[in-house]
Amino acid sequence: MKIGVIDYGMGNLFSVEQALKRLGCEVIVTADEKKLDVTDALLLPGVGAFPDARRRLAETKLDHYLKNAQSQNRPLLGICLGMQLLFEQSDEVIPTNGLGFFKGRIKRFSGTNDGQVYRVPHMGWNELMMKNPPAWLETRAPAKHVYFVHSFYATGIEESELVAYADYYGIQVPGIVANGSVTGMQFHPEKSGELGVYLLEQWLKGVKAC
Amino acid sequence: MLTKRIIPCLDVKEGRVVKGIQFVSIRDAGDPVELAKFYDEQGADELVFLDISASHEGRETMIDVVRQTAATLAIPFTVGGGIRTLDDMKRILRAGADKVSVNTSALERSALIQEGAEFFGAQCIVVAIDARYSEEDSTWMVYTHGGRNKTTWSAIEWAKEAVRLGAGEILLTSMNQDGEKSGFDLGLTKAVREAVTVPVIASGGAGHAEHFYEVLADEVDADAALAASIFHYKETSVAQVKEYLREKGVAVR
Repeated sequence: MKIGVIDYGMGNLFSVEQALKRLGCEVIVTADEKKLDVTDALLLPGVGAFPDARRRLAETKLDHYLKNAQSQNRPLLGICLGMQLLFEQSDEVIPTNGLGFFKGRIKRFSGTNDGQVYRVPHMGWNELMMKNPPAWLETRAPAKHVYFVHSFYATGIEESELVAYADYYGIQVPGIVANGSVTGMQFHPEKSGELGVYLLEQWLKGVKAC
Repeated sequence: MLTKRIIPCLDVKEGRVVKGIQFVSIRDAGDPVELAKFYDEQGADELVFLDISASHEGRETMIDVVRQTAATLAIPFTVGGGIRTLDDMKRILRAGADKVSVNTSALERSALIQEGAEFFGAQCIVVAIDARYSEEDSTWMVYTHGGRNKTTWSAIEWAKEAVRLGAGEILLTSMNQDGEKSGFDLGLTKAVREAVTVPVIASGGAGHAEHFYEVLADEVDADAALAASIFHYKETSVAQVKEYLREKGVAVR
């Protein structure tokens, strides 16, 4: 299977590329639409700030490419900031519109909930709890925890699109969202040990079935 | 619920792990990638590589180590040592590390923290603090150059400043406790943890599983605990520490 990792200058693509290769995928890291056209699925990674990432997607016209891909039901997986970009809007730095594939707004963790003070970033291994697993995701997970590292999270989402979440001081942190061919993972599956590998594997199975 | 992290630290010099490690199960105990794999299998939540190479070649070798580790492991890891510029950070992070840690270089030029955080996001920037209690100052003071030079910063004030500049995590080493195996510095850890809002990794002094409990439990509430020699010399294992914590009701992976 051929996966196109979208290279738009945001962050560490090496780890995710290696994780996919370990699962037997052919991986192309590129911003070239022609090369992306001949892949089975697209992966939108991302580390950094939302407005920078959004601007780069616009400058490279990859935003249009992704919108077309979505309307053609091509499998797309956004990871971390790559997931956040799939939502309507983000408050990070300055309110910025995302790609709008998912309903909801990206907001910063406030650092308090019900008088309890908590750490920001949400950093470390948190338990992933299933809500609405899509067809591609069998729930025979080999482990419970995945690795999160983020200060912003999706709010006001469509509950039916929530696949799995983590609880952080009473806040429901969307971990996986899915709608049709588009999936988002807030945590880093490539850094999440056994469960991360399993989730990538399951997603690839879903791609194969497309 | 977010779990507490146990983090083994590997000192790497010219591409080789130092402090003779005693593992029969490992083919090449000096190979950082082999050791990283071993710790991953043991249930380590993260790893820290501290590059103590003195030469340019040694630091180049470290890039290869980072790349091989990222190609092999599916857990996050941090690289520290000799990172002085934004370009140094870029090289390490692009090779596949998840975070970089800065220490002396950030004290010499604090803008480095800001530059890194702006470019990569705060979550990639760990500020490592070496602290020792000073009777004269009645608080813990920050030292540079591996503990040789005392600065005018107190650990609490420097931690706050580092976070203000964009540090996403503090790696706090007690020089009083380091190597003593008599437990983490609970007072220092608690004071810094209460002063900042980002996660704090306690380091220095681990000798038994109970020590991890003391520093991670409610009272002190560190987010993670780091150790080197007790894991390397097999005095205890990551798996044993986690089992102990689990029995005591601490959330671990």
